[in-house]
Amino acid sequence: MTLDARQIDSLLDDMTDRLRELLTSTGKTDPLIIGIHTGGYWIAKKIQQRLGLSVLLGELNIAFYRDDFSRIGMHPHVAPSQLPFNVEDRHIILVDDVLHSGRTIRAAMNEIFDFGRPASITLVVLIERTGHELPIKADIVGKSLGLKSDEHAKLLGPEPLALEIKKAE
Amino acid sequence: MTGNNHIQLDSNGRLKHFLTTEGLSRQLLVEILDNAESFAGVAHRAVKKVPLLRGKTIVNLFFEPSTRTSTTFDLAANRLSADVVNVNLATSSTSKGESLLDTLHTLEAMHTDMFVVRHSSSGAAHFIAGHVAPHVSVINAGDGQHAHPTQAMLDMFTIRRHKRSFETLTVAIVGDIMHSRVARSDIHALKTLGVNDVRVVGPKTLMPADIESLGVRVFDNLDNALQQVDVIIMLRLQKERMLSASIPSESEYFRRYGLTQTRLRLAKPDAIVMHPGPINRGIEIESSVADSNQSVILQQVSHGIAIRMAVMAMTLGSLSGSLAKNDENPDN
Repeated sequence: MTLDARQIDSLLDDMTDRLRELLTSTGKTDPLIIGIHTGGYWIAKKIQQRLGLSVLLGELNIAFYRDDFSRIGMHPHVAPSQLPFNVEDRHIILVDDVLHSGRTIRAAMNEIFDFGRPASITLVVLIERTGHELPIKADIVGKSLGLKSDEHAKLLGPEPLALEIKKAE
Repeated sequence: MTGNNHIQLDSNGRLKHFLTTEGLSRQLLVEILDNAESFAGVAHRAVKKVPLLRGKTIVNLFFEPSTRTSTTFDLAANRLSADVVNVNLATSSTSKGESLLDTLHTLEAMHTDMFVVRHSSSGAAHFIAGHVAPHVSVINAGDGQHAHPTQAMLDMFTIRRHKRSFETLTVAIVGDIMHSRVARSDIHALKTLGVNDVRVVGPKTLMPADIESLGVRVFDNLDNALQQVDVIIMLRLQKERMLSASIPSESEYFRRYGLTQTRLRLAKPDAIVMHPGPINRGIEIESSVADSNQSVILQQVSHGIAIRMAVMAMTLGSLSGSLAKNDENPDN
């Protein structure tokens, strides 16, 4: 099963509507968007286009915060995190493509706190799949997928975006 | 010295120890520079730290005094969240008659993951790398007159920050080439990164006979050597050279090889001036040159932290196994 660019676009429209509602109802004004490198950043950019470009966008590369360094070592060619704003006391919309184990989100939250103390973090993901290993749930989900443990959901992009489900080799 | 890579690299070609820039591939040097670029950003955060090496123990093993190198290694390890112990061997067991290997194995028994070694004997870091347990990495922080690879890489990082590409550059290295581990490591790195025109400049008494075999051009006249250069790397003149009569006097040295404002004008207008420090004002460099807009000497110090973070993370990372793939987020 896969999703094409048109299907992803309509998920993004719906996600952004619900996100806007959530932000309004919880009084989270003037938010910042942070996308996780690389797929999360592509999705974050699309959400930024929908919310309006006055909402600033940053990119987080969590390579230095991964919990598997002692197993797999340094990732080659780590692009630096780019947060062109101060996160202190701000409402953060954290965006990733696929929420699976939750370990990436844990690492991302740790990294954000090393830049400052945000007022809140709202988690937005395009795909939430089975296989959570941590008590982390997304606030806005594009689509939930029940995948087997040997199935892998991968976002291809940035243009056009497509979601691919593959059996792990 | 051949066969460096046999000991520096693991079976997957990843950096296990960092002992010399000699023999490393261009790709690996660029990888060090790219990683350092990522780590450089950490210094600008509210919390100047990433948790990458949490739980690792790094021992700074300095058999020779050093301020900036040991401090920047210390800071680099701290910014990676490693635990750091500084062992000053000049005042420790070695003076009580314990052999180097006994000292090493004692420190290893304290579950050390990395040794950062500075020693006055050429080859000391290689020797230690050859005798540590398989899970331990060794970084050479300067060995005798042989190599100072992290200094060379921070020099390359500084050059890359200011100049677009290595291939078109002309670089002059000025001073006591013969006794300089910085010069040797810089030459290997510059040549590997593609710099065609590397000039070494200094008195004949301080110029090694076989230096041209490294692909450099030898000058004994500084004015000639500085024509149209992009980068000037000044070396520190060590006081003991004066005592050994390799040069006539400080003032005579400055007259012939000191970098002055007047001489700097022979280089390209956007040439940068580098120095590994500590500088001798008025001996190898005019004070106003060291403080000028073209001087990047203090930037070199900051860049040293990022380079040392990169090398520490890469060497300890290589020991973590061999599963690192290009897959960005294997488990979301």
